[in-house]
Amino acid sequence: MSASRTVLFLTTLAISSSLAACKPTPADIQKHLQEQLISAKPGAVIELPEGKFHFDRTLSLTVDKVTLRGKGMEKTILSFAGQKEGAQGLLVKANDFTIEDIGIEDSAGDGLTVQGGSNVIIRRVRAEWTRGANENNGPYAIYPVECKNLLVEDSVARGAADAGIYVGQSENVVLRRNRAEYNVDGFEVENTENADVYDNLMTHNTGGIGVFNLPNLPRQGGKHVRVYNNQIIDNNTPNFAPKSLGPIHDLPTGTGIYVMAIKDVEIFKNRIQNNNTVNVFLIHYKTGIGDSVQETAASPITQQIFAPEDKRYYGFTQQVYVHDNEISGGGKSPDSRIAVMQTMAKAMGGSLTDILYDGLIDPAWGKKANSGQICLENNGSSTFLNFDAANNMKHPITDAKKYACSLRALSAVSIPQAK
Amino acid sequence: MKSFRHLWLPLALALGSCGSAQKEVKVFLSEPFPQKLSAWHLYTETRKGLKPNNRVIPYSLRTPLFSDYASKYRFVWMREGTSAQYRDDGVFEFPVGTILSKSFAFPSGNSEKLIETRLLVRTRAGWAALPYIWNDSQTEATLQLVPDPVPVKWTDADGRHDFTYQIPNVNECRECHDNNKTLLPIGPKARNLGKELVALWTRVGYLKGAPNDFAEVAVWNKPETGSLDERALAYLDNNCAHCHQPGGTAGYTGVDFRYGHFQPGYCKHPNSAGNMRDLRFDIVPGNPDQSILVYRLASVAPKVMMPQIGRASVHAEGVTLIRQWVSSKSLSSCQ
Repeated sequence: MSASRTVLFLTTLAISSSLAACKPTPADIQKHLQEQLISAKPGAVIELPEGKFHFDRTLSLTVDKVTLRGKGMEKTILSFAGQKEGAQGLLVKANDFTIEDIGIEDSAGDGLTVQGGSNVIIRRVRAEWTRGANENNGPYAIYPVECKNLLVEDSVARGAADAGIYVGQSENVVLRRNRAEYNVDGFEVENTENADVYDNLMTHNTGGIGVFNLPNLPRQGGKHVRVYNNQIIDNNTPNFAPKSLGPIHDLPTGTGIYVMAIKDVEIFKNRIQNNNTVNVFLIHYKTGIGDSVQETAASPITQQIFAPEDKRYYGFTQQVYVHDNEISGGGKSPDSRIAVMQTMAKAMGGSLTDILYDGLIDPAWGKKANSGQICLENNGSSTFLNFDAANNMKHPITDAKKYACSLRALSAVSIPQAK
Repeated sequence: MKSFRHLWLPLALALGSCGSAQKEVKVFLSEPFPQKLSAWHLYTETRKGLKPNNRVIPYSLRTPLFSDYASKYRFVWMREGTSAQYRDDGVFEFPVGTILSKSFAFPSGNSEKLIETRLLVRTRAGWAALPYIWNDSQTEATLQLVPDPVPVKWTDADGRHDFTYQIPNVNECRECHDNNKTLLPIGPKARNLGKELVALWTRVGYLKGAPNDFAEVAVWNKPETGSLDERALAYLDNNCAHCHQPGGTAGYTGVDFRYGHFQPGYCKHPNSAGNMRDLRFDIVPGNPDQSILVYRLASVAPKVMMPQIGRASVHAEGVTLIRQWVSSKSLSSCQ
């Protein structure tokens, strides 16, 4: 390990000194780094010097056990502005990958993609579109997908047209001490099992964080997500996701945290404040994505001619325990694009509540009250509304006491690299 | 396309009959791989087209991947006494020592110029992908992990072609050739080689276990070989399915373009597309203008285009085929 590290470090030194000496073209730098990534042996540590390096093609790594390390997320910058080929900035398909202290800017598509890796560490990485919120930015800044044992910490994501820090179809995940701002969604935890999201700041996004399952993806059944000790504040940046990004385009501007089509979620000790549509949004897939899409996909003619409905998918939300949060100032100015939000706000006298629940329950759960086990406890003076989506809002419930209950605390996620 | 493929075919088929002092093909089964393509002795002449060495046999695919209108010259070689095992679905099981070579050439004057030759070599540790880049005088090609882009220009009946051809680097090879982190060939499947080539490979001893009859894919641009549906499915199989299948680079999208496993995303929201104007669904049956599939095929913008790598120009004829196919489906809206 130490031997290979020395050798590679010398290589890096040689390259950096030649960089300093003869001012190589951006193409030379691009070539050296890509060659290093291709030729790296397992165990290699590739050190990058300070500086802003331009790349016009995706950089990629497929060798296991490689560490890519810069001198700081503001000091070592991989810039993909004007990218000519490839849809990602850095694309990694390898196990035991670590990236530290690097900034990734202005990629055509996603900033950092890690696909199918086990034991991955993303630490002090900044992925950003420097022009700020813009529909032509890439969808995801930090995009690990199909990973196992994943740690993302002390990182920054800005400007993503879908999610700043996204984790999808993964298991055993820790996201901590990160900052996501000026993205459409700050964080997304999608179709993922066993995730701890804590000590993060989510602010000035369209929505702070989404925890949910979607159909038609290979991995289904995401569950067991803890969201705690986060600051989810002032997420009111107008939604700038293009329509083609699908449901995210319809995420209400001013959403704090939304939980959709998932079970076993624990939300506690967060500060969730001043998100103008709603601070906490608990919903069925139909409420979030809309009936029409699902009905089209499920219609007999569609099923006959086209892909069948995803039978593995379950759209209900259940067993969500929201407790000991500071929740306030939500719903002051609901997204004017979303008619149903406007209607509800009007009915409530202009504002929406801090916590909004669609009240959709599976008849299979039986007739007892709160069969979805949505439990709200010790959330200060937060206001609540179950808007009774099943009956066209005929029997709304505003008394949060009807949902005063507790669930067993979920266990912490344990991954080797986050001790 | 001007083709010099057939020029050397009779010679190539005279397998093993050559009694000259010609060096035989040499295969390298582990790193370091030779820096020069000539070290493999795959060709005996390169300046006026590739003349294959003994037992190096050319093949073609019924419906190939589009690569900027490049002419592609494919050859296969195996060690004496070894042969591939036939498989009905997917690529054959090739023996250690197999070399698949694919050379890319573009029109130049009245002839063609070789740009790159990609070798896929079945080593003891699995397949290795090796890109060799040709020199100007077409006498030698050199292994380059990260080749430089090459500007290409020519004019033909369809007009002027002028773009920068991006030669994939070693990792980019993997983006298409990877399944569950294993590098695999893509082209040599029974259905895409067709019956004639399968019979030929069997005859020369390169293939065992082939049945007398099996299903071929249609030739994408020959209506006499299949219906619109069959030709479109063949096109999508060979231009999209290497990534869009379980275990492939785009397996996580849930879209599967493999022939016989077809799940193309009718009325499906894309899960990680970029800005596709105001389009919302992968395919809106009956409405190509509202289908992201068509939009992506017709684009050369890095985050919009599909495939993501390997082309810098639009395959106009392919787009026309897929447009017709989407139009032929009923339903005209997904919501």
